[in-house]
Amino acid sequence: MSTHATTGQPSYLVDTGARKGLVAWLLSTDHKRIGLLYLGSMVFFFFVAVALGFVMRLVQLTSFEHLITAQTYNALFTLHGVIMVFLFVVPGLPAVFGNFFLPILIGAKDVAFPRLNLASWYFYMAGAAIVVIALFTGGGAPDTGWTFYVPFSLRTGTNVGLAVFGAFILGFSSMLTGINFITTIHRMRAPGMGWFRMPLFCWAVYSTAWIQILATPILAITLVLVILERAFGIGIFDPAKGGDPLLYEHLFWIYSHPAVYIMILPAMGAITEIIPTFAKRTIFGYKAIAFSSVAIAGVGSLVWAHHMFTSGLSQFAVMTFSLLTMIVAVPSAIKVFNWVSTLYKGSIDFQPPLLFALTFIFLFCIGGLTGVMLGALAVNVHVHDTYFVVGHFHYVMFGGTGFAFFAALLYWFPKMFGKMYSKKAIYASWFPLFIGFNMLYFTMLVLGVMGMPRRYFHHLPQFNTGHEIATVGSWFLVLGLLMFFGTLVHALFKGEKAEDNPWGGVTLEWTIPSPPPQENFEEIPTITTGPYHFPQESQG
Amino acid sequence: MSDATHAHDAVHRDDFGARLGMWLFLVTEIVLFGGLFIAYAYMRATYPAEFHHAGAELNATLGVTNTVVLLTSSLTVVLSLVAIQRGDKVKTMAFLSTTLVLGVTFLVIKSFEWATKFHHGLYPNAPHLATLPHGEQVFFGLYFTMTGLHGLHVIAGLSVLAYMLVKVAREEIRQDQYVLLENGGLYWHLVDVIWIFLLPLFYLAA
Repeated sequence: MSTHATTGQPSYLVDTGARKGLVAWLLSTDHKRIGLLYLGSMVFFFFVAVALGFVMRLVQLTSFEHLITAQTYNALFTLHGVIMVFLFVVPGLPAVFGNFFLPILIGAKDVAFPRLNLASWYFYMAGAAIVVIALFTGGGAPDTGWTFYVPFSLRTGTNVGLAVFGAFILGFSSMLTGINFITTIHRMRAPGMGWFRMPLFCWAVYSTAWIQILATPILAITLVLVILERAFGIGIFDPAKGGDPLLYEHLFWIYSHPAVYIMILPAMGAITEIIPTFAKRTIFGYKAIAFSSVAIAGVGSLVWAHHMFTSGLSQFAVMTFSLLTMIVAVPSAIKVFNWVSTLYKGSIDFQPPLLFALTFIFLFCIGGLTGVMLGALAVNVHVHDTYFVVGHFHYVMFGGTGFAFFAALLYWFPKMFGKMYSKKAIYASWFPLFIGFNMLYFTMLVLGVMGMPRRYFHHLPQFNTGHEIATVGSWFLVLGLLMFFGTLVHALFKGEKAEDNPWGGVTLEWTIPSPPPQENFEEIPTITTGPYHFPQESQG
Repeated sequence: MSDATHAHDAVHRDDFGARLGMWLFLVTEIVLFGGLFIAYAYMRATYPAEFHHAGAELNATLGVTNTVVLLTSSLTVVLSLVAIQRGDKVKTMAFLSTTLVLGVTFLVIKSFEWATKFHHGLYPNAPHLATLPHGEQVFFGLYFTMTGLHGLHVIAGLSVLAYMLVKVAREEIRQDQYVLLENGGLYWHLVDVIWIFLLPLFYLAA
């Protein structure tokens, strides 16, 4: 198990150095081990946030409304958002799969700065710890929502300062990872791997890394200003001292909207790896997909004010941002059309990763199209701050990034751990996941159009039915998640040994043993073709 | 210079990569201050007269003196880099030490300035400041935030350069291996550049 016939190197899962066990993991600079450190911590935080969301849904059932107080509810939606956004969705795919597979996909032994990479994980854990400490100390868990809008976040007695500081530290982790990945892609590509021979996941990670570098510092400084405002009353956001709360919203969304693309771009990249492997065809429109990643990163940085249409911006400003918002749908659609075109006339080998990738496309389309609806001014004003918005971003973040994360996990699991999971059990988990997801979030879209505002503890009787459907959906969803991760955990311990190339993929990670050896490659490969070169296809 | 050499030829050393990483880090620093510059631009457009009036409270002489101090310290960093490239360890350490002294001088002058402002009741949450017009309150809020954050960067830069000094003494930085010093110098230049923008925005606002 530990070694493989084709290589003399032991697997990265085996301790060969002086350090053993947990210490060897916590001090490892191996990008693969760091990827797994992230994976473990993220799945943990994901389930914490799922549990918070589960309780929130439960409270919306009339018979459970006295389960918690309204103040606790405020804390719940804040924490659910903070944990999901900053600890799972933003770092999710780049930190886990970017770390593990980016060096392998470009034929490198590691990232450019391995020690910085480990430091990034410690920043991540430190930020996470501070956020958790903020819940139980000071004036209690923050109740502002994950957006920390001023002036409320300046006035509330809850522990906003510490939570914001945690998010600030998490930003460091994100920036340093971005710097590391850009340098890695520029400097570490194997001989012959030109920019347009890189697998498209690398293009997605590259574009993401640029957003991480260019947008995250704005969030950092904005959060610092909130802390200074609370501690010293510097007055920049405080209208009583001449400051302007709208400035906060601008600065916050200058980061937080591009952050949406930090979340979705690597997800799209992972899907772009999965589709050709199971269609046994080269990707349709390689350059279009590569450049659409860059275009999303670019245009996506210029749409932030669509979160602020009802805040009193000028007519000219809102129309400009509305137009830009609709333009960003174009590169996203390019990707969807290219995925579908790749499948067309492919020799489709239907396997669990493909099922989840197709589910991603379906759910992401709903998320994306409701996004265009929200970008339209007339609709936006009507559904602003309603469940429609909540439903929309859950379709994008969970249906999009979340399902892409699941698809990527299914795709790369045999490579990462050298074990194969039960495909039947995964198929079985898909049904409650898919049904529960749509019951929960599609109902939210309907509730939003009917006028249900987000973040409200109580709701009017006309929304009862909708809330009941959504809550029952959340039960299915949680059941599906438990089945999904239960299957994978079971496979980790009891799974059959995976082949080196169980899916018939042609990118570099499938040319090395499962699990990969410590230095990835026996010899750094020389690249002579594009990334999705299927021998059987070139005949037809 | 190993620029032309491919990264894989020297697995454990890629000076170009190290510099690239540093430049990317500097980008994040510039964007970090960029957020504050946006806030400044917006507030100044909102309160032009108050900014003019509040700017007159600052001591332009001390501001300009500090600029000269900081610019000179950037020069000595460059000179220390030239010295290490020529393999002159003594000169490298002498120039680096001069930089450290100048950096500390900057902080001392800065602290006198801040102390004066505190003495005059011109600090956030001060009773006197609260009686002034809104625009002036915001001006001093920005002044303390931006010069304070810059001051923290000066301290960080000094720590980095002090560490470099130790490394030069131990010959871990030497004629054939000085990218760390180069990167440390880049960081110090950034600290300098940011100050160059802070000077006119605050001290010459009047």
